Amino acid sequence: MPETVLQAPGESHYDVLIIGAGMAGMAAAIRLAHFGKKVCLLERHTVIGGLNSFYKLGGRKYDVGLHAVTNYVPRGVRGTPLVKLLRQLRIHREELDLCEQLGSKVSFPGEELTFTNDFSVLESEVARAFPGQVDGFRALAGEVAAFGDLSGGGGGDPSARSVIRSHITDRGLEDMLLCPLMYYGSAREGDMDYSQFAIMFQAVYLEGFARPFEGVRRLTRTLLRKLREAGAERCMGCGVRELRIDRGRVAGVILDSGREVTAGAVLSSAGVTETLRLCREAREPEPPRNDDNVGRLSFVESITVFRGQPRDLGCDNTIIFYNDAGRFDYSVPGDLVDPRSGVICFPNNFDYGDRQLPEGFFRITCLANCDGWCSLPEKEYRAQKERWFETMVARALKFLRPVNRETLNERTLARDMFTPRTITRYTGHINGAVYGAPKKVKDGCTPYENLFLCGTDQGFLGITGAMLSGISMANRHVLSRKSDKSLEKMTQAP
Amino acid sequence: MTEEECKQIVVKIIADIAPDEDLNDLKDDVRLRDQLDLDSMDFLDIVMELRKQHGIEVPEEDYPKLASLDSCAEYLTPKFLEKQSV
Ligand SMILES: Cc1cc2nc3c(=O)[nH]c(=O)nc-3n(C[C@H](O)[C@H](O)[C@H](O)COP(=O)(O)OP(=O)(O)OC[C@H]3O[C@@H](n4cnc5c(N)ncnc54)[C@H](O)[C@@H]3O)c2cc1C
Repeated sequence: MPETVLQAPGESHYDVLIIGAGMAGMAAAIRLAHFGKKVCLLERHTVIGGLNSFYKLGGRKYDVGLHAVTNYVPRGVRGTPLVKLLRQLRIHREELDLCEQLGSKVSFPGEELTFTNDFSVLESEVARAFPGQVDGFRALAGEVAAFGDLSGGGGGDPSARSVIRSHITDRGLEDMLLCPLMYYGSAREGDMDYSQFAIMFQAVYLEGFARPFEGVRRLTRTLLRKLREAGAERCMGCGVRELRIDRGRVAGVILDSGREVTAGAVLSSAGVTETLRLCREAREPEPPRNDDNVGRLSFVESITVFRGQPRDLGCDNTIIFYNDAGRFDYSVPGDLVDPRSGVICFPNNFDYGDRQLPEGFFRITCLANCDGWCSLPEKEYRAQKERWFETMVARALKFLRPVNRETLNERTLARDMFTPRTITRYTGHINGAVYGAPKKVKDGCTPYENLFLCGTDQGFLGITGAMLSGISMANRHVLSRKSDKSLEKMTQAP
Repeated sequence: MTEEECKQIVVKIIADIAPDEDLNDLKDDVRLRDQLDLDSMDFLDIVMELRKQHGIEVPEEDYPKLASLDSCAEYLTPKFLEKQSV
């Protein structure tokens, strides 16, 4: 069946309408359409991918939300998120062309921990740098591996720091372990929920990083082909303005154009509060809202394109999570940017075999203040971008000795920077909150019986997580509404 | 439709769902989940592929009958025959 790309839905009623053509929405659409549901994917923007997209500037293509695909496991490793995802979307591993990282590190004042896709490397690094802590570290890893329940079990969610402290007493090591996990998936400041920590620990340390040679485009192209094969309809430039609620259900989906479409179920990847704000109840003047559950953590990213490869400059790490402050401080900065800590990524430093990106890429991500960036007048905005670009590069270079500023400047071909303002504009996430709301909605349910959440605010973050979320919410709320229990019975031990 | 053909259909579906599994020496009388890395979602996929590819409905209470290749054949062959005769 041909994939249908439209400006407006071709029909007036669907089995399922999906809000957002990011990773989560596309995965859900593929899954549902594959099993014969009449599905329409509604995306406000004219490009797909959401946070995980790309853009063109000065003849170059830049990735937005991709340093590395997390959860990488080699062929043959069973039952992990990547394997589930490939199976459920019927994607062959080769189609994603995932190439493994060369090696990453966490770099703090006076201490470094290297890690790769082989967990024993991190273990021996902890043993080297924190000899007294390695048994505790192993115990922590054991507890995380046993946590396993990726669908998020019931009960309270303890603080990650409190669980870490029951195994590890060194606060420096605690911060070093948390730094990559927070940067790659915490919607909370200062601490993480333990379940989120466990998911991220597995995704980053127990599994690992990989990247397709062609970056984001390889991922989105694969998903588009699957959408086409499955026969899903996709409408671009077609935002949802309102969800008309009647008697506890979504009775109609009103598009930006004013047109109304109906559906048996609606799956939204727009975020929990963002989605609830779309709901309008005919009887009640004010829809229920929990506006306190909005994320605040956003980021700036600087991109420098340079002549040659990072190797030529002496940089062979894939990703460096750095912190230059006394204690690692993961919170919304008072200033526009907090340059004290961040993430350096060299997309060149993956094992692409005999291929190599023609130019060097050097990306830095730092925490940023969304309100600050959004309230700047245009001219000032551009000036601040310049200013913070310089500051971020200068701070990051401290972690890239022996590279110096002159060498980098002399090789620089192009640069760009995006801010929380860009992120808000392109994804509609309140506060440009990349990781969404601090309180996740694990079961994907809303106060309305046929409206479900998927993606970032359901609790699975990142590229792999978002796709897995789309799949599992489609399974749970549309494909197998009542059959969960019998399916569980089949796979449980006798 | 013989029981053997029916088993082949099931194996083909599993091969589509789990291309990373080695299906060469599957034992007919051992539960699939004891031989393969299949979770509850994969079983849901088997049920849905049977419906999608062959128009065979497996009601929820019968899911346990798909446990091994033998039990699949015993349960599904009559359904395939019924389909052929209409
Ligand atoms: C700078 C940066 C770097 C990152 N690096 C990595 C990384 O290295 N590895 C990794 O795994 N992850 C990374 N991420 C995170 C990853 O990109 C996201 O977690 C993931 O893409 C989220 O997908 P999603 O589908 O849940 O949400 P989104 O991508 O936000 O998708 C939501 C979609 O819904 C649309 N939408 C919203 N409201 C409406 C409406 N009313 N009507 C119609 N459409 C609407 C939006 O336009 C958007 O397309 C990064 C993110 C950023 C910003």
